[in-house]
Amino acid sequence: MKLLVCVKQVPDLESRFKPDPSGQWYSETDLAFRINEYDDYAVEQAVRLREQLGDAAELTVLSVGPDRVVEVLKKALAMGCDRAVHVQDPAPHLKDPWQIASIIAAYARSQQYDLIFTGFQSQDRGSAQIGPTIAELLGYACTTTLVGFSFADGVVTATRELEGGLKGVVKMKLPALVTCQLGLNVPRYPTLPNIMKAKKKELETVPVANLLQEETRIATESFYAPEKKGGGMVLEGDVTELVNRVYAILKEKTPALRQ
Amino acid sequence: MKALLIGESREGKLLESTYELVGFARQLGADSAMFLVGDPGRLPGYAGKLYLADVAQAGEYQPDLHKKLILDAVEKENPDLVVFLHSSYGWDLAPRVAVRLGVGQVSEVIGFKEGGFELGACNGKMRRAVKLQGRVVVTIQAGAFAAAPAEGSPQVEPLKESAVSLVEFAGYQPPEPKDIDLARAEIIVSAGRGVGKKENVEVIAALAKALGGELGASRPVVDAGWVEHSHQVGTTGQTVSPKLYIACGISGAIQHLAGMKKSGFILAINKDREAPIGEIADVLVVADVLQFVPALTAKIAG
Ligand SMILES: Cc1cc2nc3c(=O)[nH]c(=O)nc-3n(C[C@H](O)[C@H](O)[C@H](O)COP(=O)(O)OP(=O)(O)OC[C@H]3O[C@@H](n4cnc5c(N)ncnc54)[C@H](O)[C@@H]3O)c2cc1C
Ligand SMILES: Nc1ncnc2c1ncn2[C@@H]1O[C@H](COP(=O)(O)O)[C@@H](O)[C@H]1O
Repeated sequence: MKLLVCVKQVPDLESRFKPDPSGQWYSETDLAFRINEYDDYAVEQAVRLREQLGDAAELTVLSVGPDRVVEVLKKALAMGCDRAVHVQDPAPHLKDPWQIASIIAAYARSQQYDLIFTGFQSQDRGSAQIGPTIAELLGYACTTTLVGFSFADGVVTATRELEGGLKGVVKMKLPALVTCQLGLNVPRYPTLPNIMKAKKKELETVPVANLLQEETRIATESFYAPEKKGGGMVLEGDVTELVNRVYAILKEKTPALRQ
Repeated sequence: MKALLIGESREGKLLESTYELVGFARQLGADSAMFLVGDPGRLPGYAGKLYLADVAQAGEYQPDLHKKLILDAVEKENPDLVVFLHSSYGWDLAPRVAVRLGVGQVSEVIGFKEGGFELGACNGKMRRAVKLQGRVVVTIQAGAFAAAPAEGSPQVEPLKESAVSLVEFAGYQPPEPKDIDLARAEIIVSAGRGVGKKENVEVIAALAKALGGELGASRPVVDAGWVEHSHQVGTTGQTVSPKLYIACGISGAIQHLAGMKKSGFILAINKDREAPIGEIADVLVVADVLQFVPALTAKIAG
């Protein structure tokens, strides 16, 4: 059985973001990159299935992006993926989700995967489109926002998260694609021996031009900081002073501390 | 401009959020028609054309069949926009419809900007604007557009398609019973990922106790098993509106804000001055929670 998991590298979201000179995306200066949080759960689930199936399965991890994305591919290999594919693209942010999905679908089509895992959404773009779009392009069964997953007798049983605490149970035959939500599992940390082993695993590099046939459908016009709505007070400085000020505010403006 | 609005029903009932789609179309100044897989006996209060498929036949989660039905409605209506809510129904279906129509999709619209749409980026810290050419599939952020009142009755145009489905829906799992009802709390002090580790949740709980309030939490704190799910605030937790909400080490992602923005007074403690929680907080204290919170608790204890 052939498995694929798609991962994206995103900046640390606690960073300060500034538009780049094109005004269409963020400047990468001073940003540290890591694996998209949702994709960590996708990799973990794919690795667990790979372990369940044993040698009958092969798990590929794929990322579209510049050379820095090799870091997340290595992490996924160290978590237990068998091989990695780096679709080399210096500027994935200038492509829309439709193009990224088409690129991944073009690669996947040549490999005939039985089951594909993606994250529910990316933290920087957050379109939540790429998984279902790939599935639709490939004609695969698809369900989204998984908080539960099991596989037995050729059937995927997925628990989808709906609104307000409700969940839905879905069954699918292969080939299929699922998108993984936060909390689906507890992602492992790569161990040192596994990091060493990962160094020997195959890393295939494919230039994006070999896979990209589609034009942008929705281009970003501009990228900017939100307008400050004002109103709120920002307090900074010495902790003791902050505590005194906040204590006074709570006493004056809220029912707290009024016995 | 003409919009086809994709309404939603669950467990046989129309979802109120459907009226946010109507509100969106009105704000945009677009003509609209609605599509719904629902109960023909419980029609929405909507004075327009309604393409209706009977949920008894089409099921509540049959994305491949619903996609076909929507494509039928699009063919009859010829809209410029096909509009979904950014919900578990909408984000699941919208990309499939966009691919079949051969058009682009814009996800989670929060407003209008320069003849196009405004979207969030970077977990709510930044914004993006997109322009539109030709037909587009969009999803709108829950709560971003005020719901239009339910009024009038629709002209129903029934739709039917032969069943196709690559997925089989095996039913709902009800929410877990709650051991605590945060919705009634007057004071909530919530722990976010910024508290760092499980042991530090005690520090936040101590402040909650000193104030006579309840402990709340953001999702990562619950997912990591530091706090029970019944304490989670947000779209997939509880919606709360206490008189005082204190957010400790919470960034302010939209799904968290949706659960607490109606609180009377919001105090946020975050080491990041730019954290989006600052946009709705009455007071943002820029500090390390592990220094500030114990000091505040000590002051309250006298
Ligand atoms: C469909 C869906 C539903 C969701 N439902 C919910 C929901 O119901 N509830 C919910 O909360 N989330 C929900 N989420 C997740 C949501 O998108 C965010 O991922 C989550 O709210 C982030 O939680 P956080 O703010 O605690 O963590 P982070 O976003 O990681 O933020 C941590 C914050 O702590 C600050 N910080 C770090 N260290 C310190 C320190 N020492 N002192 C002070 N500040 C510090 C950082 O600056 C940062 O702002 C949902 C997501 C999806 C896609
Ligand atoms: N550049 C990329 N390379 C590989 N996978 C990606 C890429 N961008 C997005 N994905 C996958 O698609 C999911 C949804 O992303 P998005 O549609 O951008 O919200 C992510 O969680 C990843 O699993």
